[in-house]
Amino acid sequence: MKTIPVSTRVNGDSVEFLCAPEETLLDALRNRLGLTGAKEGCGSGDCGACSVLVDGRLVCACLVLAAEAEGAEIATVEGMAEGERLHPLQRHFIDSAALQCGVCTPGILVAAKALLDHNPDPSDEEVRYWLAGNLCRCTGYDKIVRAVQSAAAEMRGA
Amino acid sequence: MTRQDKITRAFKQVGTRPPRPDGIDKVTGRAMYGADMTAPGMLWGKVLRSPHAHARIRSIDTSAAEALEGVKAVVTGADFTLPEDDFYRDVAVNCMAQDAALYDGHAVAAVAAVSEAVAKAALKLIKVEYEVLPHVIDVDAAMTTGAPVVQPGRAYENVPEGMSENVTSHCEFGHGDLAAGFAKADVIVERSFRTAATHQGYIEPHACLASMGGDGRADLWCCTQGQFHVREVCAEILGMESSQLRVTASEIGGGFGGKTTVFIEPVALALSRKAGRPVKIVMKRDEVFRATGPTVHSSIDVKIGMTRDGRITAGEAHLRYSGGAFPCGTVDMGAQSAFAAYDLDAVRTFGWNAMTNRPKEAAYRAPGAPQAIYAVESVVDELCQKLGLDPLDVRILNAARKGTKSAYGPTFDEIGLLATLEAAKAHPHYTAPLGPNQGRGLSCGFWFNFGGNTCVTMNLAFDGTVTITEGNPDIGGSRASISLMAAEELGIPYDKVRTIVADTASIGHNDITDGSRVTFSVGLAAIEAARDAIAKMCARVAKIWGIDPDAVEWKDGAVHPSGPNAGKFPPMTLAEIAATSPNTGGPIAGHYEVNADGAGVSFGVHLVDVEVDPETGATKVLRYTVFQDAGKAVHPDYVEGQMQGGAVQGIGWALNEEYIYGEDGRLQNPGFLDYRVPVASDLPEIETVILEIPNPGHPYGVRGVGETPIVPPLAAISNAVSRAAGVRLTELPMSPPRILKALSAQG
Amino acid sequence: MQYERPQSTAEAARLLHGATGPARILAGGTDLIVQMNAGVAEPALVVDIKRIAGLRDIVAEDGGFRIGAAVSCAEMGEHAALAAAWPGIVEGANLIGSTQVQGRATMAGNLCNGSPAADSVPGLVAAGATARIVGPEGERDCPVAEIPAGPGKTTLKPGEFVASFFLPGRPARASDAYLRFIPRTEMDIAVASAAVNLVLAEDGSVAEARVALGAVAPTVRLVDAAGAALVGTRLEEDALEALAKACRDACAPIDDKRGTIEFRTKVAGVLARRAALIAYTRAGGRT
Repeated sequence: MKTIPVSTRVNGDSVEFLCAPEETLLDALRNRLGLTGAKEGCGSGDCGACSVLVDGRLVCACLVLAAEAEGAEIATVEGMAEGERLHPLQRHFIDSAALQCGVCTPGILVAAKALLDHNPDPSDEEVRYWLAGNLCRCTGYDKIVRAVQSAAAEMRGA
Repeated sequence: MTRQDKITRAFKQVGTRPPRPDGIDKVTGRAMYGADMTAPGMLWGKVLRSPHAHARIRSIDTSAAEALEGVKAVVTGADFTLPEDDFYRDVAVNCMAQDAALYDGHAVAAVAAVSEAVAKAALKLIKVEYEVLPHVIDVDAAMTTGAPVVQPGRAYENVPEGMSENVTSHCEFGHGDLAAGFAKADVIVERSFRTAATHQGYIEPHACLASMGGDGRADLWCCTQGQFHVREVCAEILGMESSQLRVTASEIGGGFGGKTTVFIEPVALALSRKAGRPVKIVMKRDEVFRATGPTVHSSIDVKIGMTRDGRITAGEAHLRYSGGAFPCGTVDMGAQSAFAAYDLDAVRTFGWNAMTNRPKEAAYRAPGAPQAIYAVESVVDELCQKLGLDPLDVRILNAARKGTKSAYGPTFDEIGLLATLEAAKAHPHYTAPLGPNQGRGLSCGFWFNFGGNTCVTMNLAFDGTVTITEGNPDIGGSRASISLMAAEELGIPYDKVRTIVADTASIGHNDITDGSRVTFSVGLAAIEAARDAIAKMCARVAKIWGIDPDAVEWKDGAVHPSGPNAGKFPPMTLAEIAATSPNTGGPIAGHYEVNADGAGVSFGVHLVDVEVDPETGATKVLRYTVFQDAGKAVHPDYVEGQMQGGAVQGIGWALNEEYIYGEDGRLQNPGFLDYRVPVASDLPEIETVILEIPNPGHPYGVRGVGETPIVPPLAAISNAVSRAAGVRLTELPMSPPRILKALSAQG
Repeated sequence: MQYERPQSTAEAARLLHGATGPARILAGGTDLIVQMNAGVAEPALVVDIKRIAGLRDIVAEDGGFRIGAAVSCAEMGEHAALAAAWPGIVEGANLIGSTQVQGRATMAGNLCNGSPAADSVPGLVAAGATARIVGPEGERDCPVAEIPAGPGKTTLKPGEFVASFFLPGRPARASDAYLRFIPRTEMDIAVASAAVNLVLAEDGSVAEARVALGAVAPTVRLVDAAGAALVGTRLEEDALEALAKACRDACAPIDDKRGTIEFRTKVAGVLARRAALIAYTRAGGRT
């Protein structure tokens, strides 16, 4: 098995790593770069717990090969806060009790940010459909939808 | 615990909604879950699983796997000495098959290697010679004589002779004269129901990291609902002394009962012992579905008689549950809870457990109750339809209340059923208009709630802040609730208290986080530990003031002279007492150790509107409201979160979730794609109404709230669908093909 | 496993041709990597076609559109002109998996995965789309309808791969629609599906109709009789019932964990009716 050298950017930082050809981006992030915020819930793209952005596009890191990250810009939950200043979504998730066990939270935050980046004023239905690929088994989604909406309102300056 | 007759305390902090202490870690990706820990020199463990539903293991040849470069240890059933006790032995055999594979996915061997890839490759080199045996998957089939026997000789003494060997236990509850009760009825409805096995569906697969040295000491990091239970079970299975095994619970990515036992933990320890290096095992999702705890599946007959004016005259239920390939006591809880919501003169429930070639049942939120109450609440609804009675009025008329002799024996103390029913009746949801193809359903729900063994230590730092050390993994915001109760009792701000979940070496035994026990029991112990610390603080101050300890009192976070005769001293705050503690006798700590009882049962009522597409059988949930008695909602956000999350799990159970087996006895849907838990777009807002009928068994009136909410959705949705479709549904899940078939059969 | 990232279709074809073991094309990876993670697929060679010039583009061609094989379903949904001309095809593509999956999944992958339940294929078949196939012997164009060969199978020859799709130009008063049935609202595989592509005459009657069904036979099926049932009508009740019946008659489904024969057959007719009405309205027709 030949390893592949990969140069990429993660949360704005240049990183280089060697990976196996069949290794997923999720495994590389978690096991090679120590970024364990993205979680493996299924390994089949059905739960969204490993959601990250690759070149601005929301994807499941378990369904991307690490080798595909060559030259890409990757954003993970670890890059959402600026220093100790939380992103409004992160703050509203805490304030609105939109998380319980929290294992789906990193993926949902990344997905919700991707939504608000292109649709700052979504309807509840749009939020629910956008997040349909992010399973949460604790909350029943209710408080998640509200937290996304309150963060969106704050970000719009409403 | 002494009975609290009146809880009239005006709370300052309990009942508010401060941010959770684990919030920032969880929104930034810093929180450490089971799979997030690594250790120097760590190996990766992987488990080989049976592809057969039932097979004798003739031989296992691990030599080729052991010879593969990078493989450091291989274990099979032979590496485990089986505990004598049935309970522990079943857990051990479930973790690693001995002479037979009892279900598709049963572990038969495991390897530890330098990488996941090498471990995976090594699994393929293990040669298992199986002799495939006949299997049985369905509980009714398993109970027929002549069915393939899953395990011989496992029946308890109370099972009559002549039954299938798969039947392991029998139970019976109730009181009164059934025949006389049915004779008084104007209408009797008798129906049979079936419910599929479902999975807890936590998003975090089981994961652990074990490190065991040659001296027999070991450390284990894992996602669990109960690190002390993990310690005991693993120590039994590995032949260790409990104190030599330290178990640390990671943050837990959902459990719902499914992480109250062990699967990979003893295997990782055995591999680590053999390899002399730390071993990490992380399950893949298909392993979670194939080999970890689904619920029982059930087959239930219910017969209820009712008078024309809605009084239930008698109720009878026969429950047949299967907890998979091992004996399972869950049917007892179903048989006890079936009629819990009713005040009945004549009631009897009969329960049977039968083994099938399915994974060993693990607890799932109110285990056993949803199935039984679904069947009972469906028949009550049908009786209401037949008699033209309002289903809420009928429940109010028959509701169990304080003083009712419950269907399972005990007499109820203060309970909130009537209050939740009346709140539902008064809610605008109940009278909102319905459109075509729409129906409204409701159901009561019940759970016993547990107390149990609990230890809390409270330490005062010299700067006047407080650490609470407790031993129950936080699965629903309990660290926030416990901090709130401690802050309330101490009279200091919430943010001066930090609650941590300790490892098994750092505090005394705590029972598992289960039975909705933590906010009740650990909260109670935290309050009592605070009182213990307060007593010590009072004694210190009395000493400083040179007066009798009886002459001081604790008020608003400070020690005061208890009256004018005690002398004139400025009050000393907790911070001042803590700061001076090195000079007054040393650090101050409060403790409380208890086997808590008085948990107080919990009732809820759910209301739901659905629309059924008559051409496709698709059900859309339009509106959903949960009413539940929380005793006292310590942190209302997390009470609502439990109510909403439980309701949605129940909705999934009612509509789509199920274990689907093929003719070959293999699980056909071991993934989220075809298991179908609800997604965000499937659901409406879940409205919540919290009632607070104080529990006399807790100083603040708290009751457990976590489990009851999964109980009512099954029947509430079935009743709504049945009313919308004009045909009674009696099998879960009510998947579209099943509903469309029922509609077609009706013509 | 060997991972390659060729810059041209010719290079990709050469790599595939020279493969010594199982070779797979990687575009979005939402089927391939799932299979690799599950140990179902263990390719010796993976050829990532996303860096090949043109394969990630949607371009106007001969009054229609050429869609590169590596264009993600999300990118199709963001292409306003494509979505206006072929709303049924775009909605089919946009139903595949989650937002995350749509960011990667491609129609070419959906087609070549060979599932009879593929959401983007009925629309392509109803549209009369062609696929441009590159192989060791060069390029060829093939109707999409001729590519599926049964569950997991295609008629592509060894070393061949789909490089792009061509959707023909549309006359005025034409549109399409796609509907599928799933038990949840998202994240499921179609239990039955129907795509309807209509061209209306000036008087509002149906001039041409093509109806394709998914998940009710070993391959996506073009149902000529269903199209014929609509031609000359304004989707009156009897025409819709004839359509539904033709669809039911064309079904040859299986019982499995996702649905029954009876259910799939019944629902295929229902979906065809509903999709026909949507396509008709989109084309400017009034019932």
